[in-house]
Amino acid sequence: MNLLKLWQRRSAPVARERLQLLLAHERSARNQPDLLGVLREEILDVIRRHVAFEPDKVQIKMDRGRSVSTLEFEIEIPNGIRISMARAS
Amino acid sequence: MAHVLVVTSGKGGVGKTTSTAALGAALAHDGDRVVVVDFDVGLRNLDLVLGAERRVVFDVISVINGVAKLSQALIRDKRLENLFLLPASQTRDKDALTEEGVAAVIAELRDRFDWIICDSPAGIERGATLAMRHADSAIIVTNPEVSSVRDSDRIIGLLDSKTVKAERGERVDKHLLITRYHPARAARGEMLSIDDVLEILLTPLLGIIPESEEVLRASNVGSPVTLNNPLSAPARAYFDAARRLRGEEIAMHVPNESKGLFGKLFGRKAA
Repeated sequence: MNLLKLWQRRSAPVARERLQLLLAHERSARNQPDLLGVLREEILDVIRRHVAFEPDKVQIKMDRGRSVSTLEFEIEIPNGIRISMARAS
Repeated sequence: MAHVLVVTSGKGGVGKTTSTAALGAALAHDGDRVVVVDFDVGLRNLDLVLGAERRVVFDVISVINGVAKLSQALIRDKRLENLFLLPASQTRDKDALTEEGVAAVIAELRDRFDWIICDSPAGIERGATLAMRHADSAIIVTNPEVSSVRDSDRIIGLLDSKTVKAERGERVDKHLLITRYHPARAARGEMLSIDDVLEILLTPLLGIIPESEEVLRASNVGSPVTLNNPLSAPARAYFDAARRLRGEEIAMHVPNESKGLFGKLFGRKAA
């Protein structure tokens, strides 16, 4: 029990690992255009062409994992809005 | 030849001003002509840490605006005759610092001093970028703690891109100063170790300043720790760091910690 407690106090290795992962991403993003910003604008533009939505009803989440990262767009679209397909116009 | 040194960190409260005062006093004590310049316009504190707060008449902004001559704004330290302070303005805002103004002041200081130590404000805004703008070398002050290490990494990126030297294709020499270090806590795995920080930031180590009550005691009375208690552990660490800055080879002491691979690699390359 005591040994376990002692081990749990060793938080520095966790700090080190989190920093290494984070800084690897931040360094690779340095001096590059804001990828997330560009993706956000282009993806929302495509959707806006077909569906009307409020800009503040958009939530973008990102989760960086070791092998896989996910990018999640959540756009709230009110019911009853006419979805205008490009070919219909 | 004059040497422009910026003391920077990104994060606030890690010890930039304390380290500027302590290193400036150590270099002046060893005979060099030193000026410490406060770039924290609106939130100046270097005057207070040096015990010169009641002697400030003009400041760096008055010099830039032509209100005062440089010689009128420089405050000579009461204890060391070759240590000077160029204070920041407390009433103006950061926009009063202009790129051309700073360049002119630094150029004039280069004629008069061996060391021009620029105490950067926290953050990455105008004050911080202008403080590092003309630097020949940089001291990155880092605490062994995640947010400080991350901000240091960001600052290192700026030193490699936004300085005059970087724009000319040259490199700003970078030195890491680890402050508020608890050797015992690091040994127990409760705090990032020196090797952890060096391995993450890949920057040569200038010194390790242990956490000590002497630092607060010195700032309470308005005296750099290197003058207030020269034999204390933090003062000795600052004196060693100052000698490394001047190119002397001084062994790196990490109390209570065996030196690992990175300490050896970067410790030796320091300064």
